Amino acid sequence: MSIFEYNGSALVAMVGKNCFAIASDRRLGVQLQTIATDFQRIFKIHDKLYIGLSGLATDVQTLYQRLAFRHKLYQLREERDMKPETFASLVSALLYEKRFGPYFCQPVLAGLGDDNVPFICTMDCLGAKELAKDFVVSGTASESLYGACESMYKPNMEPEELFETISQALLSSVDRDCLSGWGGHVFVV
Amino acid sequence: MDITRAIACDGIANKTPFYFYRLFGFSCARVLLSSLSSLASSPVSPPRQQSFLADRSTHRVDHRSMGDSQYSFSLTTFSPSGKLVQIEHALTAVGSGQTSLGIKAANGVVIATEKKLPSILVDETSVQKIQLMTTNIGVVYSGMGPDSRVLVRKSRKQAQQYYRLYKEPIPVTQLVRETAAVMQEFTQSGGVRPFGVSLLVAGYDDNGPQLYQVDPSGSYFAWKASAMGKNVSNAKTFLEKRYTDDMELDDAVHTAILTLKEGFEGQISGKNIEIGIIGADRKFRVLTPAEIDDYLAEVE
Repeated sequence: MSIFEYNGSALVAMVGKNCFAIASDRRLGVQLQTIATDFQRIFKIHDKLYIGLSGLATDVQTLYQRLAFRHKLYQLREERDMKPETFASLVSALLYEKRFGPYFCQPVLAGLGDDNVPFICTMDCLGAKELAKDFVVSGTASESLYGACESMYKPNMEPEELFETISQALLSSVDRDCLSGWGGHVFVV
Repeated sequence: MDITRAIACDGIANKTPFYFYRLFGFSCARVLLSSLSSLASSPVSPPRQQSFLADRSTHRVDHRSMGDSQYSFSLTTFSPSGKLVQIEHALTAVGSGQTSLGIKAANGVVIATEKKLPSILVDETSVQKIQLMTTNIGVVYSGMGPDSRVLVRKSRKQAQQYYRLYKEPIPVTQLVRETAAVMQEFTQSGGVRPFGVSLLVAGYDDNGPQLYQVDPSGSYFAWKASAMGKNVSNAKTFLEKRYTDDMELDDAVHTAILTLKEGFEGQISGKNIEIGIIGADRKFRVLTPAEIDDYLAEVE
């Protein structure tokens, strides 16, 4: 079994019309045994930028702490929030720093850039960026999430519809995955 | 030099522990030398401790006569009036350097400088006083050319490191701050001296056109227009008279040329001044002598 599947996770982000949604499950397990059902793997960087980290829970928390630290330093130095694209490059650089002993995380980034243009992207644990115009998924439920999102996603959804879509996609996908589930967190911006 | 002297003295001065001299540092080397000479002159050496104290008192008198240079041997020593003399000297070096100036226009920035060459035999095309730090930031110096190259090299590296991390060009304020930090470091580190240059940094980023001056002390200022080097005060007064907030880039180039002309010895031409401009296209560019000649023709 891969170390990425040790704790189990489901993570998805979608783009709507001048908005985005990012959602995850709430389960923290150790292989098939469930430890907690209120685990947080989506984090707020600033009002218009969220990051979800799937994979090994310990690395999720460590990586988030490092990212939050770097972003706070950036805010102090430059007196502004990071653009999503800029933050993606930062995440990528931090991950690649650990090229030969990586964080076992697959991040999903979602944010609003200048003029509220939505931006989503995902990366592998080494920081190779993958940009998408519609949706991105990661975690142990990623295979079923792909299927659910491909059939449910429509371009230019309004926030209410986007919330409904991403929630249904998440719920139906985690049912097909033993390692994720126990409800979900959904953020719509 | 002090250490080698101290060691050399140690051998002759009859096994006085070396670390004793080290403890007193710089001044002790001199004490040693004088105590040596007294040793050499008297065949019977007096008790060491006594001679040492006696010599130190003469040594003090010696230092006092050196005036304010007594605070010049270490950069980290404040003079009683609260000044760091080495930094004052660095500013003097800048003040006697060739004139440079910069003007921020509504849609861009221009920086310009004299390019006086020591001899007519120098190939003027080989001298470049305005340099790029990134594609959208240019810099000109007054003072010591070699010092400016060190700063430009460090700043360029900083800019590239920023780009590598964020995949976004470094904002002008950030680069200026980094450059100023380097200059500050050289006022407080051992074995180095402050930079003998002031920089004028011209750039254009998301915050619009910007003009900064960075001094050897590591302090920096944002200007609408500024000058440095020889004739600063004249040039600044001239700029104060000519500057308006709604100036276009072309007007700013004209004003820059006129200001340089004020304090220029000899005939101004495309070959003995340098001009760098950056407009809304965010591409910093050093004008060719031919382009400068065109502007000169417009001014006259």
